[in-house]
Amino acid sequence: MPDLLEITPKGLFCAAGNFYIDPWRPVSHAVITHAHADHARPGSDRYLCAAPGMHVLRTRMGSQALIDTLKYNEHLSINGVDVSLHPAGHLLGSSQVRVSHRGTTWVVTGDYKLQNDSTCDCFESVPCDVFVTESTFGLPVYRWPAPETVAHEINTWWKANADSGRTSVLLAYALGKAQRLASLLDPSIGPIYGHGAVMKLVEAYRASGVRLPPINRIPPHSRKIGGGRGIVIAPPSAAATTWINRFGETSIAMVSGWMLLRGVRRRRGIPKGFILSDHVDYPDLMQAVQSSGAQRVLVTHGFTDIVARLLTEQGLNAEVLATRFVGETNPDDGVTDEDASDLQAINREPTDTDNKDAEDAQ
Amino acid sequence: MKRFSDLYWKLDGTTSTNQKIEALKEYFVSAPPEDAACGLRVLCGAKQLRAVSTRLLRQWAAEFAELPLWLVEESYAHVGDLAETLALILPDQPTDDVSNQNHSTEPLPLSRCFEETIRGLKGKPDSHKRQVVEETWKRLTPRERIVWHKLLTGGCRVGVSRTLVARALAEMSDLEPAVLAERMMAATIETAEDFQSLISPHPTSADSLRPYPFFLASPISNEPQELGSVMDWQAEWKWDGMRAQVVRRSAGISIWSRGEERMNDAFPEIVEAAEHLPDGTVLDGELLAAHPNNLLPFSMLSRRASRKRAGKKIRTDIPAVFVAYDLLETQGKDIRSEPLSLRRRKLLTLVPSTFQGKPASSGGPATLHHTPATSSDIRMFHSPLVDGASWDELALSRQQARQRGVEGLMLKRITSSYAHGRPRGDWWKWKVEPLEIDAVLHYAQAGHGRRAGLHTDYTLGVWDGEQLVTIAKAYSGLSDKELIEIDKIIRSTTIERHGPVRVVRPTLVFQLAFENVSRSTRHKSGIAVRFPRIARWRRDKLPHEAATLSDLKVLLAQATGQQ
Repeated sequence: MPDLLEITPKGLFCAAGNFYIDPWRPVSHAVITHAHADHARPGSDRYLCAAPGMHVLRTRMGSQALIDTLKYNEHLSINGVDVSLHPAGHLLGSSQVRVSHRGTTWVVTGDYKLQNDSTCDCFESVPCDVFVTESTFGLPVYRWPAPETVAHEINTWWKANADSGRTSVLLAYALGKAQRLASLLDPSIGPIYGHGAVMKLVEAYRASGVRLPPINRIPPHSRKIGGGRGIVIAPPSAAATTWINRFGETSIAMVSGWMLLRGVRRRRGIPKGFILSDHVDYPDLMQAVQSSGAQRVLVTHGFTDIVARLLTEQGLNAEVLATRFVGETNPDDGVTDEDASDLQAINREPTDTDNKDAEDAQ
Repeated sequence: MKRFSDLYWKLDGTTSTNQKIEALKEYFVSAPPEDAACGLRVLCGAKQLRAVSTRLLRQWAAEFAELPLWLVEESYAHVGDLAETLALILPDQPTDDVSNQNHSTEPLPLSRCFEETIRGLKGKPDSHKRQVVEETWKRLTPRERIVWHKLLTGGCRVGVSRTLVARALAEMSDLEPAVLAERMMAATIETAEDFQSLISPHPTSADSLRPYPFFLASPISNEPQELGSVMDWQAEWKWDGMRAQVVRRSAGISIWSRGEERMNDAFPEIVEAAEHLPDGTVLDGELLAAHPNNLLPFSMLSRRASRKRAGKKIRTDIPAVFVAYDLLETQGKDIRSEPLSLRRRKLLTLVPSTFQGKPASSGGPATLHHTPATSSDIRMFHSPLVDGASWDELALSRQQARQRGVEGLMLKRITSSYAHGRPRGDWWKWKVEPLEIDAVLHYAQAGHGRRAGLHTDYTLGVWDGEQLVTIAKAYSGLSDKELIEIDKIIRSTTIERHGPVRVVRPTLVFQLAFENVSRSTRHKSGIAVRFPRIARWRRDKLPHEAATLSDLKVLLAQATGQQ
């Protein structure tokens, strides 16, 4: 019997139901786990997403796109295949897609995290036979600090900058991370500002009923916004442009799970990094696999072969599922297409210590 | 451990010299002197003891964290830093902040930590080492663990120069940075007393055999014509050896490397030769491997120097000489501020023999066999001047550099004093243009540190028929952007993986630059290249257009002056 879901040139396909999940080419029916660019691509005839994600997906797909919604945990029959969406905790409206047919149940996680996040519904574990999981941070070195701890660190850093009259700049993805960050900031320290790309999605979040602290647009020709007490949330690509110079003296920090590693921080040339991710870390990945009860696990984007090997050693039937959601294990390939723009943020030449010996001879 | 770890991370987190100096001062002022002594040794890059092998440490950490060893290895390949990898996988981490804010005492001060968990392990059975390691893990925070792992495995390097450390110590003790730099060079700082006398305002006993801080030349960046009249300059060969100072004082003789190691046991014939120097003499020059009239390649000197103690056989096989090019002290008097021309005149009276090295048009029998022992008794020479009435004449001499086995020319202003560090303006190195060939990427491995996670360590090969033979490893020369692009190509063209090493399909061609070629029995190709680095990525070349082994052999023949 063929698998209920399989990889085709257009994406992950359910032949029995004649629909795709997060296809990378235009199709007739696309079920979307979340609105990040590598999962939600324009051009398909019809989209289906979780109801809370409607506004966000609309912002991304444009006013012409046909978008159907489904409440979390509500069941829909597509050509006789039972489809339901369940919170993935990745960002507003992110879903795990549960597909059940003839007694076999698959769950496709999309991207997910188990941590608390007040800007979206928390991940719910869904029992299944086959669990399709991401593995972006699937190495045991990745263990996230508690978000409250990170929030405290960020606010402390912000306050210190504000007290010395330096504008703080947080670099984070415009969709999801930026809004989550805003919800963690302490507005009593100073005013919060958002880059244009961030603001569009802040509005979509507000329209969906998510409560966020006041976030201001950046007034044109401004220097020292908020008298130097302000904090700006901007996408990482903004760090490489002259846009950032307008604020005068700044302290810049990158907010990403990759900031856990010293090498990554140094390569990006950003001295300050806060460790906050919307993806599962290693212990949570192991826990999610276990609570799914699945005997078969398909591992997509990230440390696929490593996680598959580990799960196999633990007695599960685990394989790599080659998707196009992201590249391989390169941290700079990052999490989403948005993140790929970080690459442009790197334009420092390597410091040449390797030929140092040559200098030493005389 | 907390105080030192805090310093480590502060230094790591900034590129500002002032902030680094502030952090260092804060550390040295607040640390108890026995800790400061210990911290200073690490900061100065003193040779460290490898108390535990990294192989054992990985095994223990894997078992402690209840992870399969292969997963730890994969994590290491991703992180690119073993100390960091292990610190991150270990369980039950105490938190980094708030705990232990008390500044005057800490539960595990650096010096005690060093004694108990690093030096104390020497010669102990592995079971005992393991017990100490596991107990220490439980006491340290993740950030402290990283630093401690580096200390434990003898690989703790901090991003500060000795000059910077000397400046910080000078500022806190109101002494001249140069005084501190000199004291730091001579003294071994072991105890609290050592540290206190280092920063003491009074002259100390450690001064008796100390060398002077080395004057370093800068690479010439423009045309030499811009240095002004050639008459104001002296030119010498830039020897391809090891920089050293020979100190002859009443307290004894010491041969100091630039890394400030005493090399007396490695070069006993130079020590013997130095006995003929008068008391109170300090020479600056180059250690070279040479038979009379035949300079040997750097690889031979390197082999020689790798022996801590040179035995009779290696002394015969690879004889060493010292070629002096400066005199820093004579009759016990520091003459560094006198002009170079005067220092050189005095040098020539003390060291009258001229080192000839290898003539540009060698190729005769002298290059192949020993000459009679009569002239081989001389171990100490001065470096001859290279004549040139104009810059053009010097440029012509420079072109012979490779055949002579030297790296190019040194240009020194004849009025210059012997300065400290690398001030620009008076001493220039004018190296010969590098040799270049196009080579094909054969193997790749993930880099470390800032390049962790990217495949940036390349092994390059040239064609020998249909086969690639590897000729060099190269790590540097490409921009970060190119590295990222190449990393993607490496991932998509991998044919095989051996642990962290990927064998790739030959698609990438790089222009490889190097200083020289020599014969080698170590490499399969039979050829070793010196200081290989990537000049640029040849996107315009197909792999089969890259160089062949016979191209390299032609270069080798030219370099050695043979047919």
